[in-house]
Amino acid sequence: MKLSTFFLIILVTFSLAKLSAAEKNEELKNKISKNIRCLICQGQSVYDSQSDFSESVKLIIENKLNEGLSENEIYDFLINKYGEWISYDPKFNKKTFILWILPVLLFVIGGAIIVRKLIIQKL
Amino acid sequence: MKNKIILSLLLLFFIFCFVILYKGLNNSNIYVPEVKIEKTLTKFNSIDLYSENKISSDQIFVDSEYYVLNIWASWCVPCREEHPKLMKLSKNKSIKLIGLNYRDNPKNAKRFISEFGDPYFMIIKDRNGTISVDLGAIGVPETFIINKDKKIIKRFLGSLNEKLLNEINLITK
Repeated sequence: MKLSTFFLIILVTFSLAKLSAAEKNEELKNKISKNIRCLICQGQSVYDSQSDFSESVKLIIENKLNEGLSENEIYDFLINKYGEWISYDPKFNKKTFILWILPVLLFVIGGAIIVRKLIIQKL
Repeated sequence: MKNKIILSLLLLFFIFCFVILYKGLNNSNIYVPEVKIEKTLTKFNSIDLYSENKISSDQIFVDSEYYVLNIWASWCVPCREEHPKLMKLSKNKSIKLIGLNYRDNPKNAKRFISEFGDPYFMIIKDRNGTISVDLGAIGVPETFIINKDKKIIKRFLGSLNEKLLNEINLITK
């Protein structure tokens, strides 16, 4: 009786672990597909679209996650196939540096102007 | 004087930002893939449409100088328009024309071939579209020229026309 209870506990633990891994993969799949552009749609992510292309990409993401690839490896795989355009979250490189630097520069310059004005007003 | 320099620098900076953003506005927001690519074909496994035998890319791309891989489907209207061009292309003996049947019902695919003719050396199935994604394709029809080193040397989006047919014949000469 005790032995059967022990096996039952182990079985339940393993099932729950497997279920949580599957849930985690599903969450990650949704996260990645929200960051991937549907290349044949207008302004839709792969997650939002039900086009043949998007359905295939969702399946590829799922397969790659099951193979044990990380989130970044999957982004790299898709970028290698379709270029930077497929990603809604472009990486910092020579083509995208203005996109990343410009808001920071505007913020710093704007901030400097405001601080300067405040200092002058105080004086 | 100092204020004037700061103001001029600021103005220059904002003009720079304006030019960059204005240029960005004119950029196309439609995906245009590279047509001249030198990417090695990713290994894949598929199933032959007729024999239902499993086949790997290593067994398909073996002994020819050039391969033309055409992605098609029976439900795709431009594929019907393209089919006579593929029939013509099949006469080119220096290539092997491989058909990749994209997300299709095998019965409909076979009916399509018996109705319009079979230009392909072999037709393989891509039931869920994952092989096409591996190739970097976005839909149907799409055609790839692959050399004997299993490198994709050129791709054609959409249906082939006479001009593109001549181009393929020239490349694979």
